[in-house]
Amino acid sequence: MTNPVSVAQVYEWLGEVPDPEIPVLSILDLGIVRDVSVKDKVTVTLTPTYSGCPATEVIEDSVLEALKGRGIDDVVVNRVLSPPWTTDWITESGRDKLRQYGIAPPSRSREIACPQCESLHTELVSEFGSTACKSSWRCKDCLEPFEYFKCL
Amino acid sequence: MTSDETRIAYTLRLADNALVLAQRMVEMVAAEPELEEELANANFALDYIGQARMLYTHAGQLEGKGRSEDDFAFVRDEHEFRNLLLLEQPNGHFGDALVRQFLFETWYLHLLDGLIACSERGLSEIAARAIKEVKYHSRHSSQWLVRLGDGTELSHERVQASLDDAWRYTGEMFAADEIDVAFQREFDGPDLAAIHKLWRRDVEKTVAEATLRLPDDDWMLSGGKQGRHSEHLGFLLAEMQYLQRSFPGATW
Repeated sequence: MTNPVSVAQVYEWLGEVPDPEIPVLSILDLGIVRDVSVKDKVTVTLTPTYSGCPATEVIEDSVLEALKGRGIDDVVVNRVLSPPWTTDWITESGRDKLRQYGIAPPSRSREIACPQCESLHTELVSEFGSTACKSSWRCKDCLEPFEYFKCL
Repeated sequence: MTSDETRIAYTLRLADNALVLAQRMVEMVAAEPELEEELANANFALDYIGQARMLYTHAGQLEGKGRSEDDFAFVRDEHEFRNLLLLEQPNGHFGDALVRQFLFETWYLHLLDGLIACSERGLSEIAARAIKEVKYHSRHSSQWLVRLGDGTELSHERVQASLDDAWRYTGEMFAADEIDVAFQREFDGPDLAAIHKLWRRDVEKTVAEATLRLPDDDWMLSGGKQGRHSEHLGFLLAEMQYLQRSFPGATW
């Protein structure tokens, strides 16, 4: 029996499942969806961001809900660890959304651009922000504080 | 000891280390000296809880008797825990807790690095995930050691005393017993003697930068890895396990 739903369709729906801590990002933008298969049943394979990320279970439930809401009842959500997630998995469109939201996206450069005015004249206020993945910064030009999504 | 028993025992030691340390860190939540440290400590504790959960789940799967992460965490007794003595010691003051983090994390980082290369696939995957977090923890504890050691006369004196006190618990990290030896042989696991050299090199470097004095390798305490604990673990477990002991099987 073939499943009435396509892989592309499932991906489209997953694109609407938000990350609970940074709701402007979908779980696809975040890069934590590792695989989707629609053989006998729909299987979605996710990877956690941080080991202790309290959002992991919430995300798994949201995926189940999103698919069940579309009439797909036979859903399995798997968790894989390998290869481990890093911030490199965040997509380009995810980075743009972060910036628009006021969070500087992860960068390999030592200079962090202000998401408000794009100035590189910024300084670190605290390495530890509201969640494990963010630090607090300040722009010395527009004087706005902002969060930076740390490179992992 | 069969090779499955070896890897289950080895996994539980790692899990107990992560959980007991996390529980000590949780005790400091809402008691840190400043907001930045408050956030750092709480987030790092979450990382260790996450690691403990993955490790207990892995041990339960290997064991195949249906024990869950919660069964391992909440209904085992003191003598069944196999964590390092260093990690169950009371937090003391900020410098005491910091020195514990520094000594453990410097070791744990090298241990995880060794585990990534081991042939026990589950542990290798968990280690690859965990090392990214622990690198960050280790940078944090090293920076603080330098800040306190090379800070004021008072902070220097106090953190030196913390280092002197904690030193006797470090020997256990490198004392390979039959489980360590078997895991190294059968699963290409970490070599504790080699890790001792790397740890010593890193600790010496940071301690020197912090203008502190490295304590002498004197009498070392051990036993945690074999389930012989200091009096402090019982109190820690009594608090941590209270709910499941009083209301077995309670869920949220």
